[in-house]
Amino acid sequence: MKNTKNLNFEELAVKSKSLRYNIVKMIGLAESGHPGGSLSAIDIVSSLYYNIMNYDPKDPKQDSRDRFILSKGHACPALYVTLADLGYFKEEELWSLRQLGALLQGHPTIEIPGIEVNTGSLGQGFSSSVGVAIGCKLNKYENNVFVLLGDGECQEGQVWEAAMAAAHYKLDNLIGFVDRNKLQIDGCTEDVMCLMDLKAKFSAFGFDVFEIDGHNFEEIVKTAELAKTMKNGKPKMIIANTVKGKGVSFMENNVGFHGKAPNKEELEKALAELQ
Amino acid sequence: MKGTKKGMREAYGETLAELGEVNENIVVLDADLSGSTKTGIFAKKYPERFFNAGIAEQNMMGMAAGLSRTGKTVFASTFAMFATGRAWEQIRNSIAYPGLNVKICATHSGVTVGEDGASHEMTEDIAIMRAIPKMIVISPSDYLETKSAVRWAADYEGPVYVRMPRGNTEIIFEGEEEAKFEFGKARVLKDGTDITLIATGELVPEALNASKILSEKGISAQVIAIATIKPIDKDAIKNSKDFIVSIEDHSIIGGLGGAISEVIAEDGLNKKLLRVGINDEFGKSGKAGDLLKYYKLDSESIAETVMNAYKK
Repeated sequence: MKNTKNLNFEELAVKSKSLRYNIVKMIGLAESGHPGGSLSAIDIVSSLYYNIMNYDPKDPKQDSRDRFILSKGHACPALYVTLADLGYFKEEELWSLRQLGALLQGHPTIEIPGIEVNTGSLGQGFSSSVGVAIGCKLNKYENNVFVLLGDGECQEGQVWEAAMAAAHYKLDNLIGFVDRNKLQIDGCTEDVMCLMDLKAKFSAFGFDVFEIDGHNFEEIVKTAELAKTMKNGKPKMIIANTVKGKGVSFMENNVGFHGKAPNKEELEKALAELQ
Repeated sequence: MKGTKKGMREAYGETLAELGEVNENIVVLDADLSGSTKTGIFAKKYPERFFNAGIAEQNMMGMAAGLSRTGKTVFASTFAMFATGRAWEQIRNSIAYPGLNVKICATHSGVTVGEDGASHEMTEDIAIMRAIPKMIVISPSDYLETKSAVRWAADYEGPVYVRMPRGNTEIIFEGEEEAKFEFGKARVLKDGTDITLIATGELVPEALNASKILSEKGISAQVIAIATIKPIDKDAIKNSKDFIVSIEDHSIIGGLGGAISEVIAEDGLNKKLLRVGINDEFGKSGKAGDLLKYYKLDSESIAETVMNAYKK
């Protein structure tokens, strides 16, 4: 099984811009959702799906597929637009996000094709990814499990329980990313509850740790490829420095857009920027 | 075997080991209590399919969820307090919401935990697990029925909670055939004409003994054991006598008594319910037998409570 796409870095940038357009549009139409963290995460998500992971949208339950788990479930618009673009479900589903009766719930659920575990309550997706990684090893799949965490999410104690288990069970098939956008609902992560040196922390917990620019496709792809090759009994964590709201000028580094949809005027302005 | 005492948690560990042999998909998780929950029996036999989460129950539930997504039938165990209390939201969001194939089998339920005291005596687990959609709640009556219930849980596709006490309890069935767990079905253990005692878990033998004491006092008590608390057997409650006594080592709020009262109220049944259980208070340290007497959950106290409340 091969990934259906293999875009170069320039193509990835173009792709991500069009995915950003759909993220903003779907949240704007829903009048609800989390644009900030979706826009900071999308370059990581798109790099994984268009360049790194092996899967088949036509057979989304194939045993040996690579798995992607969005532990920061509130950034699901980033995942939904990607899955729609890849053909897991129809693009029109995007426009009924968060509406009663819609396929796309406010946070990911396994009823949605391509979603591996239910997430949304922070910290839990990381634990689930540890279980999935153990299960894949038990089943002798030669695949990888990718998990994306928020930086604010790392304030959850469960994240560190999961980190301990990942190292203990030598899950070198588990490759994590922290979307380090440095903002959470109440403000700057370091003001709300300081995370300090996440790199040192994950390293002390037994991970191979990398630090990259989470909007530089070459760094994302090369680091993920390198992490895939390091079968040394250690889980990987890639701290990706990102910008919350990336790609929309008035949303960038604006904590107000963590969990607030753009109004009609803002939506038009944002979409114009992403054309 | 009937009349002797044996632990439901022993039944659990032994059955896991037996299931592990026939079903390679079974994996077992524990949170540093495998000696107490008896998952250690499985761990010894199948170390490659046993995962200790350490003292980290929330992560254990998440790992269980993830493992089930790779096709495993997952059993996750620790004490009832930490399984359902500490990790309630993980059970709710990571396991039950997606309807995953995880069996949360918790031991050391109720005040009969004993010496460890209230911090370890879970008397609210039935209430909080029952409230979670898709969750099945099972509280077996003895060692033999536990074995059968665990086998049933392994075959059932979806989340299940099984509650077991710490101590050895009286075996009330003749053998495995008689003890066979029937999902969703209450069992009439003894006929009676005046009242119905409906008990669950380790208090089923106490209810049987209470009925003997009551019969000496001229009260004929039917005894029913309810092992499947959710979904509850509505017909059994409808067919009960007009004076029902619910008996559980659990809070009278939201547990077996709560479930029965819902049926009585909602179906407009003209029946009186007396709830015997932990009366909105915390447990204490003590010997299990002393605690049963203190909280009036032993057969003599149950009989006395019934006699005070029931007028023929």
